[in-house]
Amino acid sequence: MTHFFERLGNKTLSSFAKLGRGSFFLIQILTASIAVIPRPRLLINQLFSVGVLSFMIITISGLFVGMVLGLQGFYILSDFGAEETLGVMVAASLVRELGPVVSALLFAGRAGSALTAEIGLMKATEQLSGMEMMAIDPIKRIIAPRFLAGFISMPLLAALFSSIGVLGGHIVGVGMLGVDDGSYWSQMQASLDFQDDIINGIIKSIVFGFAVSWIALFEGYDAIPTSEGVSRATTRTVVNSAFTILGLDFILTALMFGDI
Amino acid sequence: MQNTKTQDTLVGLFVACSIAALFFMAMQISNLSAFSNDKTYTIIARFENSGGLKVKSPVSVAGVRIGRVSNISIDQTRYESVVEMQIHTQYNLPDDTSASIYTAGLLGEQYISLEPGGSEDFIKPDGALDITQSAIVLEEVIGQFLFDKAAAD
Repeated sequence: MTHFFERLGNKTLSSFAKLGRGSFFLIQILTASIAVIPRPRLLINQLFSVGVLSFMIITISGLFVGMVLGLQGFYILSDFGAEETLGVMVAASLVRELGPVVSALLFAGRAGSALTAEIGLMKATEQLSGMEMMAIDPIKRIIAPRFLAGFISMPLLAALFSSIGVLGGHIVGVGMLGVDDGSYWSQMQASLDFQDDIINGIIKSIVFGFAVSWIALFEGYDAIPTSEGVSRATTRTVVNSAFTILGLDFILTALMFGDI
Repeated sequence: MQNTKTQDTLVGLFVACSIAALFFMAMQISNLSAFSNDKTYTIIARFENSGGLKVKSPVSVAGVRIGRVSNISIDQTRYESVVEMQIHTQYNLPDDTSASIYTAGLLGEQYISLEPGGSEDFIKPDGALDITQSAIVLEEVIGQFLFDKAAAD
């Protein structure tokens, strides 16, 4: 029995300690981010590996998500004779929810895991310590550009996802199922508000980008420097990012769209 | 060197595509293009019942949208609904304009339809519309119909 409480206490303390280390790490990244501004080359390299290489998975997933939404939405809406509102349904669900959330989940799987593995391996092979020996701050040189790249890429990828998804819904709804082209767009424009829908979706994706980049980099930086430690850290990045994204999404949705 | 150049180009393309997507969302998906920063003036109308009218519901004349509802409140003394509307300044309305609340389609949203009268004078900003017709509540209409039918039998 005492053993159980001992373990519970140990777990609680270690998770608080980790939260504390994570917060200190975040403060370090944020202060180091200023140092990236005079060296844009570092940021562009990371934008390439974080953003450009995620481009394909985001656009293809966006296209298919939009097409599925168009197909499913059409079957449900045609029961009510309201096929004309298909555009509203596809665009609202993409811009408000699916765009930011699904692209953040894909981003965590595609870019987040790569960041953790890279940083974890750098730590395991003592490259980070080596940099410190040469008086180069690894937070400034390695971590901060990656954080900024994730933070910048995420809203851009979410915007791509939503736009491609709306086009995918158009291909299925208008092209294949015969919804009227004009009402697909006009009902969408009449129902979606720039401030309430688009801006809130972008804010969501910015928050997710911040959270995923932070988690991925911290897990890598905090990994036990063995091959097993790195593999565990990579798994934790994907799992924790997914939890964080979905939890934050609920909170943000309640704040933005609920009448609280 | 060549490698860096390709990388730069790809990053540039990525950013350009994304900005195009943002622009597409703003213009094509949302109503930003419909609402330029036109100047508006406020008029109010009092309804016995404003039904399902919401803030941002359209205000139209002869089917053309000329503004939108900006606020709905209740008059505590007369227990009437007070609806404020923002009308674009390029549209002037006679001061005997009447306002009715209609529903677009059977299940559509409710909107205010304004019917201009024959007066020579225009309504002033912050002026009130005197002639109004409340929203039709479907239950009331059905109740009335059933009542009339029962009375006729």
